[in-house]
Amino acid sequence: MSTNLRKHDFNTFLTALVASLLGNPAQAAWEVNMPVGVTDASAKIFDLHMLIFWVCVVIAVIVFSAMIYCLVAFRKSKGAVPATFSHSTTAEIVWTVIPVLILVAMAVPAAQTLVEIDDTRDTEMTIKITGYQWKWQYEYVGEDVSFYSNLAASSNETRQLRSGIDPFQEDNYLLDVDRPLVVPADTKIRYLITSNDVIHAWWVPDFAVKKDAIPGFINEGWFRVNEPGVYRGQCAELCGKDHGFMPVVVEVLPREEFTAWLAGQQGGAAVASAATAR
Amino acid sequence: MRDSHRLLAGKLVLFAAGMFGFGFLLVPLYDVFCQVTGIGSRTGLPTAATVTAENPVTDRIVTVEFVANRNQQAPWEFRPAVSSLEVMPGKLYDTTYFARNLTDRQLVGQAVPSVAPGQANKYFKKTECFCFESQEFAPAEGRDMGLTFMVDPGLPEHIDRVTLSYTFFVNQQVAAN
Amino acid sequence: MSATTTHDEHHDDHGPAKGIMRWITTTNHKDIGTLYLVFALAMLFVGGAMSLVIRAELFQPGLQFVNPDFFNQMTTMHALIMVFGMIMPAFVGFANWMVPMMIGAPDMALPRLNNWSFWILPFAGTLLLSTLFMDGGGPASGWTLYPPLVLQTGNALPFAIFSVHLLGVSSIMGSINIIVTIMNMRAPGMTLLKMPLFVWTWLITAYLLIAVMPVLAGGVTMLLTDGFFGTSFFQAAGGGDPVLFQHIFWFFGHPEVYIIILPAFGIISQVIPTFSRKPLFGHDSMVYATASIAFLSFIVWAHHMFTVGMPLAGQLFFMLSTMLIAIPTGVKVFNWTATMWRGSLSFETPMLFALAFLFLFTIGGFSGLMVAIAPADFQYHDSYFVVAHFHYVLVPGALFGAIAGAYYWLPKWTGHMYNETLGKVHFWLSAIFVNLTFFPQHFVGLAGMPRRIPDYATQFADFNAISSVGAFGFGFSQLLLVYVVIQCVRGGEKASAQVWDGAEGLEWTVPSPAPYHTFEEPPLVR
Ligand SMILES: [Cu+2]
Repeated sequence: MSTNLRKHDFNTFLTALVASLLGNPAQAAWEVNMPVGVTDASAKIFDLHMLIFWVCVVIAVIVFSAMIYCLVAFRKSKGAVPATFSHSTTAEIVWTVIPVLILVAMAVPAAQTLVEIDDTRDTEMTIKITGYQWKWQYEYVGEDVSFYSNLAASSNETRQLRSGIDPFQEDNYLLDVDRPLVVPADTKIRYLITSNDVIHAWWVPDFAVKKDAIPGFINEGWFRVNEPGVYRGQCAELCGKDHGFMPVVVEVLPREEFTAWLAGQQGGAAVASAATAR
Repeated sequence: MRDSHRLLAGKLVLFAAGMFGFGFLLVPLYDVFCQVTGIGSRTGLPTAATVTAENPVTDRIVTVEFVANRNQQAPWEFRPAVSSLEVMPGKLYDTTYFARNLTDRQLVGQAVPSVAPGQANKYFKKTECFCFESQEFAPAEGRDMGLTFMVDPGLPEHIDRVTLSYTFFVNQQVAAN
Repeated sequence: MSATTTHDEHHDDHGPAKGIMRWITTTNHKDIGTLYLVFALAMLFVGGAMSLVIRAELFQPGLQFVNPDFFNQMTTMHALIMVFGMIMPAFVGFANWMVPMMIGAPDMALPRLNNWSFWILPFAGTLLLSTLFMDGGGPASGWTLYPPLVLQTGNALPFAIFSVHLLGVSSIMGSINIIVTIMNMRAPGMTLLKMPLFVWTWLITAYLLIAVMPVLAGGVTMLLTDGFFGTSFFQAAGGGDPVLFQHIFWFFGHPEVYIIILPAFGIISQVIPTFSRKPLFGHDSMVYATASIAFLSFIVWAHHMFTVGMPLAGQLFFMLSTMLIAIPTGVKVFNWTATMWRGSLSFETPMLFALAFLFLFTIGGFSGLMVAIAPADFQYHDSYFVVAHFHYVLVPGALFGAIAGAYYWLPKWTGHMYNETLGKVHFWLSAIFVNLTFFPQHFVGLAGMPRRIPDYATQFADFNAISSVGAFGFGFSQLLLVYVVIQCVRGGEKASAQVWDGAEGLEWTVPSPAPYHTFEEPPLVR
């Protein structure tokens, strides 16, 4: 198996490291940060994540500097004589109050983002996602289009125990499916999510969408993708032996292309109406 | 001295036993928690709401979507007759779901409803529903099952779309007979 | 301690019985403490071996060694063993050894109960491990045991649940003993607020344990009846809700996190003042901070469940309450730093581990603050970022706390100094490898790698390879700990009663090794 181990050129490593330190997210293999993503929500969440990160970095620099200063300045080996103080009300008030202020400053944008994500008004279409052991089913509600999405056959072959196939040969090992979910760009899409058996979770990092699929219950959420493209994710809640092998792939098409695609899927199926208002 | 140990240990045992009970108390408490946080009842099978038809709110339209799920890839065909309805809050509506037993055995199924968003749950009132009791199907039988519902005018303004979902579970005990 | 007692007198209770019966029938707090610590050390290697199976499989993409189902059994068992079999018994061992000696009590309040609390453990642990060999394998649903998945476990489910019951009974009994000892058996003059911080953190931990272990027991009992007796607490078909189990589990699970970390806080609060030769800064505020952490731990549980579809109000509440925990935790870190400020520091092995705790636990605290932010948690949840976060809290946090305590009190237990050079080597290996193991997991998690998967997309390969190298390095470094401990038990430089020149407290007033019976006459605390 060791022949499969990818050898890394040290230069590539260094370049990637430098690139990632400079905040260049282009290097996939050494990616160290959350994707900015392709929805307004994912960009907001990314900003929030970076805000908390930098707040933590600043606090860390201050606290760790104080600790390191102690380790250097107050060594017994350098003849340090211990002081005897054991409390300081002022200091204790200061380091209780300052964190409170920092937390409030963090809670406000976090709460705003939560409220925005929670707003499911004015969605233009609904897609029902159903988790199965171990695949996804997508149903375009009211459109009579529904299909399953399984791990791509080539990945499935490679991922068998001791298959002897090098995963690096594949373009999107474990992140490719036979039929992706297809959705239009620039459209507020509502998703309903449930499960056929155990709990799963549908996660697309580029959309900042992660929601549990719970048998017997439906959850809802929404996303609006700004850029057409193919976006990949995975099941995020342990759902049994093939939990790692039920990827999510979403193909986002420009609106007109999507309309054409959907018409092609429907094949002229008529939707009967059988409801009466009392 | 030993007595004081016993006394305190005894109290702590009682406390532990009480917490064991509290674990079970969380079951009804969870229901209360769901009511308070507005996601309605999540535990317990649904029962009929007693609804007095109120004056319909004519200037508000809510879209109600109907969704059907099977569980464990149960051998059923199960779908709503219509995928959505535009309804006025405060007015009663009828619709149906169709179910067909795809086996050559007698099957009993139970439909379990779920409403999204969760906050709409307690404003979605069903006066008649096939989900109130389990449904018995002869081999290969298919039939429409009725549902009468009303969206309560109290539904929060920011909700413009409500989904009613049913998951059809095969009742295992009966299927085995 | 009677000076006339000799080794071959085994009819009275002034010395230990001989051979194996000493350990089976013992009611002596020091013996039982030793049993707990040895058991925990053994389980460290059992759980550690499982983590190495996991890391071996994750060394590179593709499945090389185990099938996915066995992989899931390993992740589940690794967690259950490490939490219930290793870290909790380790801290109960410390409590048994040290709490009576720190409060000037002759023994634990309920010695026979103490014997039972320990001896349930090996049975429960064996039962749990035996499920791996049952039809259908051990539980593979993660240690969180979420239904409906856990109900797909094979024959092992009732046995696994029964062993969780037994482990719970053991720790509840241990906790009752600790509380009664602390409340009733303090030496005259040892008022509550004079108690050393280790005693304080254990008092609070013991109350937490009694409060939440029964809730877990109730939850898993409901799983059992759902699986075998036709109830439907967690099954939608019968009117239940799988999410209810998650609420019950995390109502236990979040306080459990503090059950694991608070005793480590206590140990660190003993070690840092000793090697800073300066009293603990803000003793009373440390006590209040511990108590507020314990209180808050009961109202934050659903932050583990931000993706289940909670209403907005719930998400806001659990986000804000969780952020509050940063305040008392911050107070603790600042107080430890202030303890070192203008002290006279030396860097023996216990201090090194305590310092690593200080830096690395703080990193775990920062990532904890990040995952508390509900909208950002939609990205972090169930990714490797979370794995990195809680391992930073548990390994360089809780485990390093335990190791610091072991080095700190080993001379008192054995009467010998451990090999300081080897101790330092053990420290540096552990500190380097623990970061090599867990730091890259932040990166793959942020880049989108879900947790609990046996195989992954190729872009995660490099960091996973580094992480696996770190894990093997860390695992094998712990053999050095065993070697140092055995060497120290067998001999070495004689330890004085004081052992550490900066140490304060009653345990340092008795000889090293601590006699079989201490403080039969209660000491007077000024
Ligand atoms: Cu899944």
